[in-house]
Amino acid sequence: MNAKDALGRHGEDLAAEYLQQSGLRVLDRNWRCADGEIDIVAVDRRVLVVCEVKTRTGDRYGAPLESISHSKLRRLRRLAIRWVVAHGVLFDEIRVDAVGVLRSPSGEFTVSHARGVG
Amino acid sequence: MALARTHSVSLVGVQGHAVEIEADIENGLVALLLVGLPDTALREARDRIRAAIVNSREEWPQRRITVGLSPASLPKRGSSFDLGIAVAILAAAGAVPAGRLPGLMFLGELGLDGRLRAVRGVLPSVAAVSSAGFRTVVVPAANASEASLVPGVEVLAADSLAAVLTWLRKGCPLDGVPGAAHWTGDIGSPDETQLDGAGPGEAASAGEPGSTESRSGPDLSDVLGQPTARRAAELCAAGGHHLLLLGPPGAGKTMLAERLPTLLPRLDPAAALEVSAIHSVAGVLPADRPLLTDPPFCAPHHTATRAALVGGGSGVIRPGAASLAHHGCLFLDEAPEFSRDTLDALRQPLESGEVVVARSGVTARFPARFTLVMAANPCPCARATAGRVDCTCAPSARHRYLARLSGPLLDRVDVKVEFLPVSRAELLSDRSFTEPGCVVAARVQAARERAAARLRGTPWRLNAEIPGRELRHRFAPRSGALAPLERAMDHGEISARGAHRIIRLAWTAADLRALPRPGASEVSYALGLWLGTTS
Repeated sequence: MNAKDALGRHGEDLAAEYLQQSGLRVLDRNWRCADGEIDIVAVDRRVLVVCEVKTRTGDRYGAPLESISHSKLRRLRRLAIRWVVAHGVLFDEIRVDAVGVLRSPSGEFTVSHARGVG
Repeated sequence: MALARTHSVSLVGVQGHAVEIEADIENGLVALLLVGLPDTALREARDRIRAAIVNSREEWPQRRITVGLSPASLPKRGSSFDLGIAVAILAAAGAVPAGRLPGLMFLGELGLDGRLRAVRGVLPSVAAVSSAGFRTVVVPAANASEASLVPGVEVLAADSLAAVLTWLRKGCPLDGVPGAAHWTGDIGSPDETQLDGAGPGEAASAGEPGSTESRSGPDLSDVLGQPTARRAAELCAAGGHHLLLLGPPGAGKTMLAERLPTLLPRLDPAAALEVSAIHSVAGVLPADRPLLTDPPFCAPHHTATRAALVGGGSGVIRPGAASLAHHGCLFLDEAPEFSRDTLDALRQPLESGEVVVARSGVTARFPARFTLVMAANPCPCARATAGRVDCTCAPSARHRYLARLSGPLLDRVDVKVEFLPVSRAELLSDRSFTEPGCVVAARVQAARERAAARLRGTPWRLNAEIPGRELRHRFAPRSGALAPLERAMDHGEISARGAHRIIRLAWTAADLRALPRPGASEVSYALGLWLGTTS
């Protein structure tokens, strides 16, 4: 596995942990279909949460949450519907969240969670 | 605190409006949203401000930032809000104490490196600051001397965003700029006002400060062989009348027009501020000497568009040549070559003394009270002058050429002078009769003072501004003096409006000769100038 993939994997683990601690229940991770991949699928009470995780080692190329574009958000909404169709579960609402994971030079991780971004 | 407020100014024409800038920071994807009718230059502020903040070694808040400019209905244009927006964002992020912001106004464009760049229209903006009740304004260092012309406002100059932030945090001083004392001594001292003679020449509009010290500038005595025209120029300078110069090339029309502003007295403080404000909005104010005290001279080329002449343009509405010549002289050389639309656009400012540019959402007003000087050749080949028969133009072409000027515009021109080709003997003999420009300027000054004393208590200051009704009642010429005028009216040579203009001219002629009221000879002289038959 590449170093960057390992970092991304680690970031997603941290993000999933963070979401669990915030009271969300993670249903699925790295769910793939023809349209793309959802990093984390979780449920927050009766709301389906589709979550994109971005991990960075510094903000030289901008903050993690900055790099999530509008087209990415649109794709996540589409993927959310695909996930619902594939699993046949119904929810009151679908929400797109973003989690940014930033590793400082000293190796510490900071997690920021933005709810309802798209 | 995730919300902070600063203030800045939005300019509409030369009128400034206070604008409140609110910055709100909340959780969400990183973004900077700018709301409140920004134009393109202001929308680009998002990228400028971010780079400026980061390059000033400040932390950019990695959250969702909303910046609102209110009143939201007022279109905001240009880059002068950059500093206010940057400070509001940093205050909302808690990087700057928000408690210091009330009562402060911020003006200035940010460079990507965090430098503060000069902006246009600082003078009217700071004047708006003052009338909106703000006491302190922070401006780019390059605009400081211009901003300090407005009395009663503390002007702080900064050269970078970092300097402003340090000042807000620690209170360590920014460069204060001396206020009113800066300019009161500079202008209006009557002893040196006139007798120095040579004034601005064409320099004023080109952005160089004209000065009375330079005696080497153009002088009325340079116009040899045209005594009638020199006298007409003197009359126009004294009364604010409009002038048409008709004649062959090389007779001195342009020369004379360029010397007309040198006859005008220097601007009084109020007029100087007004003129400087217009030039400031146009971006042609010299940075080192921002107060224009010499009457401006503006000579647009005959290919000028309507927007260039009366104001307009996309984005920020800019004053045109007519407004840049406010309190001075607007010279249209080769007037028939201007497009007819362009010339007709001048009718409104000639009538009302201001230009109104209407846009969706805003209406900008620019003052435009100028002395119009037009120069024209008698025909396209320019050889059809008295005493010469070698004109090659068809009669229809000659008619069409001057017909471009005719009608309502020409009706507003008080003095028409025909230049004749000058022989060598005339040039030589006239030399002994010419007066230096400063002598004529002193006479003009005295005549203007007489008129101003007579018009005290009225809104008018020049004879040309007196409305017709007042001419009949309060400022009627001596009884019997109007006989030549009445005869001309009986013959149908002049209209009622023409008669009013002739009476105004006669008043100026009387002022120049220090007479209490115009008599028959002044009226005849004015009639001759109006009809253009004196030469």
